[in-house]
Amino acid sequence: MMDTFAALAHGMAVAMQPINLLYALIGVFLGTAVGVLPGIGPALTVALLLPVTYKLDPGGSLIMFAGIYYGGMYGGSTTAILINTPGESASMATALEGNKMAKAGRGGPALATSAIGSFVAGTIATIGLAFLAPWLVDFAVRFGPEDYFALMCVAFVTVSATFGDSPVRGLTSLFIGLALGLVGIDKLTGQARLAFGIPELLDGVEVTTLAVGLFAVGEALFVASRRHHAEEKLEPVRGSLWMTREDWRRSWKPWLRGTLFGFPIGALPAGGAEIPTFLSYSTERRLTKHPEEFGKGAIEGVAGPEAANNASAAGTLVPLLTLGLPTSATAAMMLAGFQQYGLNPGPLLFAERPDLVWGLIASLFIANGMLLVLNLPLVGLWVRLLAIPQPWLYAGILVFATMGTIAAKPSVVELSMLAAFGVMGFLMRRFDFPIAPVVIGLILGPIAESQLRRALAISLGDPMVLLQSPMSATLLGIALIALAAPFVLRGLGRFKANED
Amino acid sequence: MTLDAASGKLPARRVDRAGVVIAAALAVLAAVLVWDASKLPATTMYGMGPEAMPIVIAIGLVILAVGNLIDALRGNLPPRESMDPKPVWLIIAGLALLIGIIGFGGGFILATSALFVTTSAAFGRRAVLADTVIALLITTLIYLAFDKLLTLSLPAGPLERLL
Repeated sequence: MMDTFAALAHGMAVAMQPINLLYALIGVFLGTAVGVLPGIGPALTVALLLPVTYKLDPGGSLIMFAGIYYGGMYGGSTTAILINTPGESASMATALEGNKMAKAGRGGPALATSAIGSFVAGTIATIGLAFLAPWLVDFAVRFGPEDYFALMCVAFVTVSATFGDSPVRGLTSLFIGLALGLVGIDKLTGQARLAFGIPELLDGVEVTTLAVGLFAVGEALFVASRRHHAEEKLEPVRGSLWMTREDWRRSWKPWLRGTLFGFPIGALPAGGAEIPTFLSYSTERRLTKHPEEFGKGAIEGVAGPEAANNASAAGTLVPLLTLGLPTSATAAMMLAGFQQYGLNPGPLLFAERPDLVWGLIASLFIANGMLLVLNLPLVGLWVRLLAIPQPWLYAGILVFATMGTIAAKPSVVELSMLAAFGVMGFLMRRFDFPIAPVVIGLILGPIAESQLRRALAISLGDPMVLLQSPMSATLLGIALIALAAPFVLRGLGRFKANED
Repeated sequence: MTLDAASGKLPARRVDRAGVVIAAALAVLAAVLVWDASKLPATTMYGMGPEAMPIVIAIGLVILAVGNLIDALRGNLPPRESMDPKPVWLIIAGLALLIGIIGFGGGFILATSALFVTTSAAFGRRAVLADTVIALLITTLIYLAFDKLLTLSLPAGPLERLL
């Protein structure tokens, strides 16, 4: 307990250095600006802005990242409220009530309750992260490679099969990601796999190339293909920006309840923020004293899901930082951010680079506070960004998206891969395949493989090692149940969840 | 959304041809994995060699190809909206132009400007000349900001050397 306070205080000292404050400020500003663009969720925001941080030192870059991450989430909710296009499914509940509020001229309070709720939830959840992380790290240092492998199996299944629309399509996405993860030199033996004699492929498929291709290029192609359908309308922010006493009274409990849903579900490798946001939405709908307003713009329906969304985002950082296990597309991009400096999140990173980890956690608090201050007064600026005409908006997004790849690797092969992933992203959207599992498969697949091979090498090739460790046996059992559950429960009415 | 699913079940179920193609593509991918793995020399003494995982993933892909095929034959795929293929091809052409210009040393500004103009046209803009000017201005600014301020190296062509 005291250790946590000391570590956090040390982290604060790191994060409060003027240069790091500046990085955090740039991060939240860029994150909000990009996240507010329609169709761009936090994962793509992080992917697009990854190249901007190439030249920074790891500490500053991770702090900027934390800002981009939270900024992208705030920006996403602004878009959801003002034009009914949630950039990610976790904002769908917000769009449901928030857009109705904006149409009724209550856009200001909707934005305010979502910003303040995000702040409250983000702060509580970050405290939860700070206290849960050291405990989990103590636990995780005892993990053997077989336990890690089993844990990743759980993540694979929950991310792709359990909560998607169709387990077959979710698993298909995952296996495409796993196959892409095989490309390149095998780290244990130095053999080239699936490189087809092309030197650029020896390094493997870049996570950012895949993510930007699937999310940005794919989204642009998809929106262009259905431009003849009705266009979304931007709701102007009319009336007061501030919440009335009544708004406050109706908001604070949903904020806290949303946090309670969001953080634990985000912290478990249970994939995505959709579950907590929809749980929060249905809970608020049941508990409200104004049931007649739901579906017409109830403030509880914005406050709760927004808090749940932010709390679960902080929650996904628990498995990411302590176990190196990304459970959402955004977390996968964060992991890619660590990897570009050769850092591997996990128990070792807590021991070896405490300044870095705790600096990151501390800067989450700071980013959250900055966003609250930045967002309410600057909402007019973000609204203007939303008013960019669609042709220029998507043209700009594509220029920015390709720029990242051009800056990292200006080769014809890399750019062709970006274009091919873009077409793949378009087809996946068109045929309703989830996209997040591809990214998770690419980034986790090679790690899972090397853990499995390490476990088998230690056991001299005896596969029973996977079942002899009680931890690994339990986790594999959970993975198996989670894999079978959607097929068993089919028809029990799961709600539709798209992706991050 | 629930309405779509309900109405999707009303018409007689037909074989979804796109779904069959997807299933076939997954099977081809599995075949490529097995073919590539078969060329790796098996050298590992204990445990798994580098060829084991591709085989496991290939088996998974074959099972999923069958699953997708069943869905396609039953017409179980979610309903699709009508689409307009022209803008999609325009953007793909823009990406091809970008790759070509970078490949032949045309530089960042020309390459991304080409992509900007084609994308903007795909989204319905007709003022190609005006967009070209805007694109050149924006990409020049991006080039200056990233090349000079952030010292990221972006490929230089004839235009960049003038700056």
